[in-house]
Amino acid sequence: MMHWLPLLGVLVVVVGFALRFNPVPVVVAAGVVSGVAAGKSVGEILALLGNSFVSERALLLFALTLPAIGVLERAGLREHARNWISRLQGFTLARLLISYLAIRQILCMMGLTDIEGHAQTVRPLLAPMAEAAAEKRGAPLEQEERNDVRAFCAATDNVGRFFGEDVFIALGAVLLIQGFYAQHGIQLQPLQIALWALPTAIAAFVIHGIRSVLFARRIASTARSARPATVEHDAAH
Amino acid sequence: MLRIEHAYWLLALFLAGSAWLNLRERRWWHAAFWAVLAVLFAGGDGVLAASKAHNLVPAQLAGMGVLALAVLAPRMHRGELREREVAMREADALRLGHQLFLPAILIPLVTMAVALFGAYAVFAGVRLFAPKQMTLTGLALACVVALIAALWVTRAKPRAGLTEGRRLLDTLGWAALLPLTLAALGGVFAATGVGSAIADLVRLGVPVNNALACVMAYGIGMVLFTVIMGNAFAAFPVLTAGIGLPLLIQLHGANPAILGALGMVTGYCGTLFTPMAANFNIVPVALLELPNQNDVIRAQWKTGAALLIVNLALMYFLAFRA
Repeated sequence: MMHWLPLLGVLVVVVGFALRFNPVPVVVAAGVVSGVAAGKSVGEILALLGNSFVSERALLLFALTLPAIGVLERAGLREHARNWISRLQGFTLARLLISYLAIRQILCMMGLTDIEGHAQTVRPLLAPMAEAAAEKRGAPLEQEERNDVRAFCAATDNVGRFFGEDVFIALGAVLLIQGFYAQHGIQLQPLQIALWALPTAIAAFVIHGIRSVLFARRIASTARSARPATVEHDAAH
Repeated sequence: MLRIEHAYWLLALFLAGSAWLNLRERRWWHAAFWAVLAVLFAGGDGVLAASKAHNLVPAQLAGMGVLALAVLAPRMHRGELREREVAMREADALRLGHQLFLPAILIPLVTMAVALFGAYAVFAGVRLFAPKQMTLTGLALACVVALIAALWVTRAKPRAGLTEGRRLLDTLGWAALLPLTLAALGGVFAATGVGSAIADLVRLGVPVNNALACVMAYGIGMVLFTVIMGNAFAAFPVLTAGIGLPLLIQLHGANPAILGALGMVTGYCGTLFTPMAANFNIVPVALLELPNQNDVIRAQWKTGAALLIVNLALMYFLAFRA
């Protein structure tokens, strides 16, 4: 029975997220709860929390990009990215998303996972470019559509990253798998493992590529159906 | 020699500067939040070193700092931070044109250069980059280079680096912290035996003699565990030790290389579903100023679900052949 008690921490997370509390205190509370349930003392829990936290500092390093990106945004980086894409003939939303997906996957396969990302490339470059490409349909984006385009850009970055980095042999996933098996007496070469992630990487590209085309088509067609309605609406005034 | 610790110190400096700006504007909660975080970043190496020497007091103080952040986080609201007027930005964009891309591209380029060639950079017999987490050290260096280039291209005052960086940092708010807090929770879960409890739970409901049922249990277990932990890396050792190794490899003769690779990417599908993977799914919501916390997950879950089916099929049809 004691064995199951630490699962209470998981319950705290699930309930906290479902009730839409602020996630930071929910997560910290979950840590404290599973610590208490596992019979640890207050001192032990605090030390565990503190040590785990400072060991993971690398996860905030992306914030170092913010000053440079901020200065560029102040001088119109997003506006320029938008203007540039709207001038380029034939650069459609679907093509932009698929090219980004391909580049992201290939770079991650070479182990270059941190050179692109939500702070580095999605907010300052990909999102404004995608908005401009979407507006080539001839009507400006509604706020809701703008949000959808931005969210799809972030999703594309995630898919490209996950299903590229799994093929890279020198760090991360592949080494973790190799290390795990080595501990259990099974010796494997990194390349043997990485190779078998390739079919999934290709499937990810195909599936998300198709979804990008469908998404771009949806954005383009809602404008066509929405435009006559707005004209009528205007005429009524 | 440049080490990852230098990057943490630089970040601590940026956080402290942001706290200072918020303090001057009487945004007390923001100021306190970034100040506590700055201290945790600057003191982190001291904490880890002391713990190694069996002195747990600094780690306990850090733990209290984490509790303080949890109390402060809900009090941070997205304030009305003034951005430069659109008209002025448009004018600058027209004037500067593609020059604006240059500093932005420098971030990936310099990072890539350090990642690929950093190991060979030796000056007077001393390596310029420590091998530990060299890519991230490179990212930090790239950010400094890009900031200098950005200031030069836009002719902005150096102060703008802090004020504009602060603007974006406050836009992120507590979401910036969530990845770290969740990773820390992963550490606590691992230390309190949550992982093995979940593996046991999954095994309770599996007919072990049916290979397909075992594949499903392993794959879905990877997804569920990844959704809960926000990280497939945490799920892999637990589920593979609990189900993959004893049932699929030893009992049904699955190929370990194929099972491992496909098990991991099946977990990655779970990463696309969960707010616990905050750096991928919640941070961009804040960065892109989206209204709903789950907007990014909503945009990507269908890709994840389709891939999950593909992965389960691949596992079943490939792993038992070789």
